[in-house]
Amino acid sequence: MNLFHYISDFLTDSSHWHGYDGIPHRLDQHLGYSFEALAIAAAIALPIGLVSGHTGRGGNALAVVATAGRALPSYGLLVLMFFWIGRIGLLPVMIPLVALAVPPILVTSYEAMRTVDPAPVDAARGMGMGPAAVLFQVELPVALPLILSGMRSAAIQVVSTAAIAATVSLGGLGRYIVDGYYQRNYETVAGGGALIALLALAMVGVFWILERVVVSPGVRRSN
Amino acid sequence: MIQIESITKRYADGTVAVDDLSLEIPDSSITVLVGPSGCGKTTTLRMINRMVEPSSGRILLDGQDIHQQPVNALRRSMGYVIQNAGLFPHRTILANIATVPRMLGWDKVRARKRASELMERVGLDSSLAKRYPYQLSGGQQQRVGVARALAADPPVLLMDEPFSAVDPIVRKVLQGELLRIQEELGKTIVFVTHDIDEAIRLGDTIAVLRTGGKLAQFAAPDDLLSHPADAFVEDFLGAGRGVRRLSFFTSAGLELTTAPIVAADATDAQVAERAAADAPYLLVTDTDGKPLGWAEPKSLTGGASSVPAAELISYGRPFESGRDSLRDALDCAVLSPTGWAVAVDDTGRVVGVASQLTIGDAIRRAHAEKGAEASDRASAAAAGLKVAP
Amino acid sequence: MSSGGNGYFDLPSDLQHSYAGLIEVHLTESLIPVGIGLAVSLPLAALCVRFRWLYPPLLWVSTILYAIPSIAFFVFLIDYTGASQTTVIIPLTVYTFVILLPAIVDGVRSVPPETLAASEAMGFNSFQRFYLVQLPNAVPAIFAGLRVATVSSISLVSIGSIIGNQGGLGNLLGDALAYHRYNLAVTSVVSIAVLGIALDVLLIGLRTLLTPWMPRGRGAARKAAIAAAVEPTDSAAPGGPGSGAKPAELEGAGR
Repeated sequence: MNLFHYISDFLTDSSHWHGYDGIPHRLDQHLGYSFEALAIAAAIALPIGLVSGHTGRGGNALAVVATAGRALPSYGLLVLMFFWIGRIGLLPVMIPLVALAVPPILVTSYEAMRTVDPAPVDAARGMGMGPAAVLFQVELPVALPLILSGMRSAAIQVVSTAAIAATVSLGGLGRYIVDGYYQRNYETVAGGGALIALLALAMVGVFWILERVVVSPGVRRSN
Repeated sequence: MIQIESITKRYADGTVAVDDLSLEIPDSSITVLVGPSGCGKTTTLRMINRMVEPSSGRILLDGQDIHQQPVNALRRSMGYVIQNAGLFPHRTILANIATVPRMLGWDKVRARKRASELMERVGLDSSLAKRYPYQLSGGQQQRVGVARALAADPPVLLMDEPFSAVDPIVRKVLQGELLRIQEELGKTIVFVTHDIDEAIRLGDTIAVLRTGGKLAQFAAPDDLLSHPADAFVEDFLGAGRGVRRLSFFTSAGLELTTAPIVAADATDAQVAERAAADAPYLLVTDTDGKPLGWAEPKSLTGGASSVPAAELISYGRPFESGRDSLRDALDCAVLSPTGWAVAVDDTGRVVGVASQLTIGDAIRRAHAEKGAEASDRASAAAAGLKVAP
Repeated sequence: MSSGGNGYFDLPSDLQHSYAGLIEVHLTESLIPVGIGLAVSLPLAALCVRFRWLYPPLLWVSTILYAIPSIAFFVFLIDYTGASQTTVIIPLTVYTFVILLPAIVDGVRSVPPETLAASEAMGFNSFQRFYLVQLPNAVPAIFAGLRVATVSSISLVSIGSIIGNQGGLGNLLGDALAYHRYNLAVTSVVSIAVLGIALDVLLIGLRTLLTPWMPRGRGAARKAAIAAAVEPTDSAAPGGPGSGAKPAELEGAGR
């Protein structure tokens, strides 16, 4: 039996497509965890990264926070949170996922603002644009591709890491991997893994579309 | 008029960028701030639109202290052009140019119409309107930068090394275009450069600044070349001052002779008659009066057409009489194999020729005339009055 | 059942390792992948620079590999390599490669063309040019990638504990859950984080040693900033609009 057989057997088994343990419900849970973690991480990291990149201050502190965030093992953090706060909603899984997503968003949004070509900014000020206009009409649109790439990176990692939620008896597509492992059912493991990988790749697609929609052709990275 | 009254810019670390500088920048002319790295020329320019605030001193625009004026309104009333253009990479060329009119509240249609006019004025093809800056060459981007600065028709234009980043050939073209636009619009332009040749070519008045932000000399280019204030200015002007100064002497007074000129259909007798004037060479023109080339009289014994045009001695590059300077005339004579310069009118027809000797006489005469005016001019410039080149 | 006391460093006997032993396992399982990943990505990056068409497909393959959750990767490999160190090392090697390849390629490609032209004029062949000119210039970028790869590798090893005690310090997490000893979880998380940060600092130091030509410290940066403030346009052109955005795909971390 090869990997693709396992995956296709899993995906074509109609019993996997309904019920509490069905793919739609698990997918929904998985997306829910991922989206919530990403939104919280963005709400924390974007303003801090953008402001410090804009002012050019706090870069060193930011680098330390980012390194610390990366060094924290997600699974370890999950277990720790499980001990400390038990199963209060999604909190134990949100904390590691947010810790995971913050560094890439923080670092890239800082870099994005810091590396904006100073010439257009100087020109904008010299033409009489106020600080808010310079920020929203010049700096942010130019920094957007890099900001989005940080968000995309975070999204891929969060979607793929959300699988560990299942190890502390939460849901999501990780359930298939963990349950499959304990039941020695490789079909389920492969199917769950493939679904998560596909979801992570779908994030690449989502961000590609997002870039087409919100980024000016003049600053797209594909140029 | 922009009056700069003893401004000083001292940074927190003690660096003095501009030191007690006073200048009166006349209206409707190009004033160039020139000097080596660290002479404070850019800082001075940026104090005019309050991108930098002076530590002491003040700047008056038409008699009003700019410090009393709302900063963004002040900046919108001044065009601002910088090195590398500083175009907004995420906006189309048209949108870039329309920036200030839109900020001033013009409606979209009017702003775009104005932007299209300006594209034409600065020599940009209208097909570029929907492009993005990265799709344009450096020279084209710089043209957009100038158009953007002119969009709201500001009376003042601040230009900070606008042509430094483009190659020398394109730079020359852009300088010519700026002079052409200035001729049409008559703006008050403050232009910063580190290139003294650019300063001499563009400036009606030139302020030479020395390292540490002190004014070394403020004068018209011709006066600068003829009477550098001190060793620093002389050194900064570099070699060839005398020859370069000739750029400001018109060729209008140059004595031209038509004696050694024969038309291509001239007969043997006509050639002989011309040769009698004792000229070592004769200039052969076509029937339209345009130059073909030089020939020795003895080779033309069968009439002017006896030597095929291809075998005539090259006449080099002619100068346009009255429009080009004595420097151009001298250049033509020096580069010509015969030592004679060919003068043409604006249609390219020969109006006469001049030998190096004649040009030398003209130069001596011009120097004598200019010398008499020079002291008046210098004091006029120091008093800040408008100085015509 | 658990042996000894309940302190942070009283390890249950089923771990079969002392604390120092766990650190050793952890370092083995995380640094071997970094080493192999670097060894594989260097020549492949060289090929990608030489043959540009090779890069996009490789980037796509690595993006797909990167999207596979580590836990699925581990569990799946058990079928082939058993619950062994190899099972942990293989996925981490793949992730390291995915982080390092773009880091090296972007770093090498960012070498100024005039530097390349100069080396060509001096008679370097393409092999010499890559190893003597492009690679040294790419060292800062490579180290940026190496730091992310190392820290994320150290943090990911812990997931190996889910597949039967192959997670180094992460194995403490399994026992923490099994014996309800949360202090073991604290020991695990803190030790792993400290290990990651320590190696990160080590790599920063190594980079400083390897790139003596880079301006150092805040003094140099401040001086440059002040010089720019005094006469901003006299410095070299910062590149046209749009050239500011440099791909920075180096933010991959744990999963």
